[in-house]
Amino acid sequence: MSLNATQLKHVAHLSRIALDEAKIPALLNDLNAILAFAGQLQDPKLDALTPMAHPLDQSQFLRADKVTEENNRTALQRGAPAVERGLFLVPKVIE
Amino acid sequence: MSIQAGWEAVIGLEIHTQLATQSKIFSGAATAFGAEPNSQACAVDLGLPGVLPVLNAEAVRMAALFGLAVGAEVALESTFDRKNYFYPDLPKGYQISQLAQPIVVGGTVAIRVGEGGKAVEKTIHLTRAHLEEDAGKSLHEDFAGMTGIDLNRAGTPLIEIVSEPEMSSAAEAVAYARKIHAMVQYLGICDGNMQEGSFRVDANVSVRRCGDTALGTRTEVKNVNSFRFLERAIDYEINRQIELIEDGGRVQQQTRLYDPDNDETRMMRTKEAADDYRYFPDPDLLPVIIAPETLRAWQASLPELPDAKAARYQASYGLSNYDAMVLTSAKQTAAFFEQTLAAMGAAGDAKLIANWVTGALAAQLNKEGLEINQSPVSADLLAQLLLRVVDNTLSNKLAKEVFDALWAGEGTPDAIIDARGLKQITDTGAIEVMVAGILAEHPDKVAEYRRGKDKLFGFFVGLVMKAAKGKANPQQLNDVLKSSLGPCGEAGGEEGTQ
Repeated sequence: MSLNATQLKHVAHLSRIALDEAKIPALLNDLNAILAFAGQLQDPKLDALTPMAHPLDQSQFLRADKVTEENNRTALQRGAPAVERGLFLVPKVIE
Repeated sequence: MSIQAGWEAVIGLEIHTQLATQSKIFSGAATAFGAEPNSQACAVDLGLPGVLPVLNAEAVRMAALFGLAVGAEVALESTFDRKNYFYPDLPKGYQISQLAQPIVVGGTVAIRVGEGGKAVEKTIHLTRAHLEEDAGKSLHEDFAGMTGIDLNRAGTPLIEIVSEPEMSSAAEAVAYARKIHAMVQYLGICDGNMQEGSFRVDANVSVRRCGDTALGTRTEVKNVNSFRFLERAIDYEINRQIELIEDGGRVQQQTRLYDPDNDETRMMRTKEAADDYRYFPDPDLLPVIIAPETLRAWQASLPELPDAKAARYQASYGLSNYDAMVLTSAKQTAAFFEQTLAAMGAAGDAKLIANWVTGALAAQLNKEGLEINQSPVSADLLAQLLLRVVDNTLSNKLAKEVFDALWAGEGTPDAIIDARGLKQITDTGAIEVMVAGILAEHPDKVAEYRRGKDKLFGFFVGLVMKAAKGKANPQQLNDVLKSSLGPCGEAGGEEGTQ
């Protein structure tokens, strides 16, 4: 499997990454090398096996339905660039 | 509203149901509605680096209960996936959901549309119901070009209940949504509050010409927070699509918002390309395993559900299908009915209670926009009132007057009856005296009656009732009057019998 320039731009858009057109050939080169390396995982014949959801052969631990987290808003908002009336402010996102 | 001839609609619903847990699906933050912004959003909900989700056992149990209630397959092993999208209401950059192996697969719900002899029953199949986390809320006004983000709701457990596209009218869609709404409340897994967003319905709507087998292009209608709006939004959307196609246009795949003020749907975004969410298994969460014996215990713990309750009301209390359906359509209505019946003890009259709960009480609640658990006339007060109907202290008409006084908070039924002197006259002797008095005042009319003018019977009833200030027991009054007047038309009069 390999990426072409259109697919690269699509993936960049989904990740909200601005691409420098001039760098696309080099990026494609690097990414395709990475894909080729990971592509080795396609080689083993696994048709007879059920896919695992997780590499650990364990099941999910469940917690009791209890409120354990107190209101810690002041500390949690300390790193936010902008806060008003308890809300995090972000650049306007409306479709 | 009926659909234009030659066309049919195809509707499927996605219902987001907030589970009534104390804490969030993957964190120990509280889920209470209406808290100060971001006061119930912890490091996990904020998606801070280094945190890990730990699944809430109660969310799993509630989702499984729903599956059991609709006769679905509850997966003994289900898994979580990441649905990637970039929006600040979920700061992790993805929503944890279930794509490949949802907890609930299949299931059916029976709905009934129309009334009386025209009622039609239909079975709607469910595709699946999966666990996922809710997103936060974005507030776009008031922040000078910025958007305010409240993450209290982020991480609230949801089950998304997906139906097959099997409904063919807005009425069917509403009947299905109401049924699911009733069931989640019976199960105690959701408070059902649509205004607060605990129960959110999105409708996928398409139309096609009758006889076509291929589905038309669908639109998704969001932002519907009541059953009434759901019905109107779907009707609007069906007609919009039919008119568009008849005018030579083409329906575009879109997400549309319902605007209740203008009663229309408006384009929110087009979906030219399929959304690319890049789902993959969430490496932070292991498969959820439910032991078969746990599932059996949950099955045994299921409460009586609306269909079973309605059947019991018909079989045990002799109620009509309609009364049984109305009384069981909401858990609180059924509880109110049963409390009233219990409070009346041995004199309990199910049919009488049904008439009052679905009649005067429902009308008054509707008029004032109240839920039945907010009724000023409690089940106990209604029981006390109806006991006075059963023992003939009150006629139905006087009972309505007492009911209105109860609604206004004037005390107990007996106190109101005393204070207003509403006690029905059931002393036959007293009624005979009144009847004799009236007949003595109108010898000419009595003679006419006896000659066969039977319409005069009502005239006498009116006069006696007036003399009794409306309080004579109607049945006794009729009996006394009949025997006092004697046979109608057998006095050999000229007018003869009619």
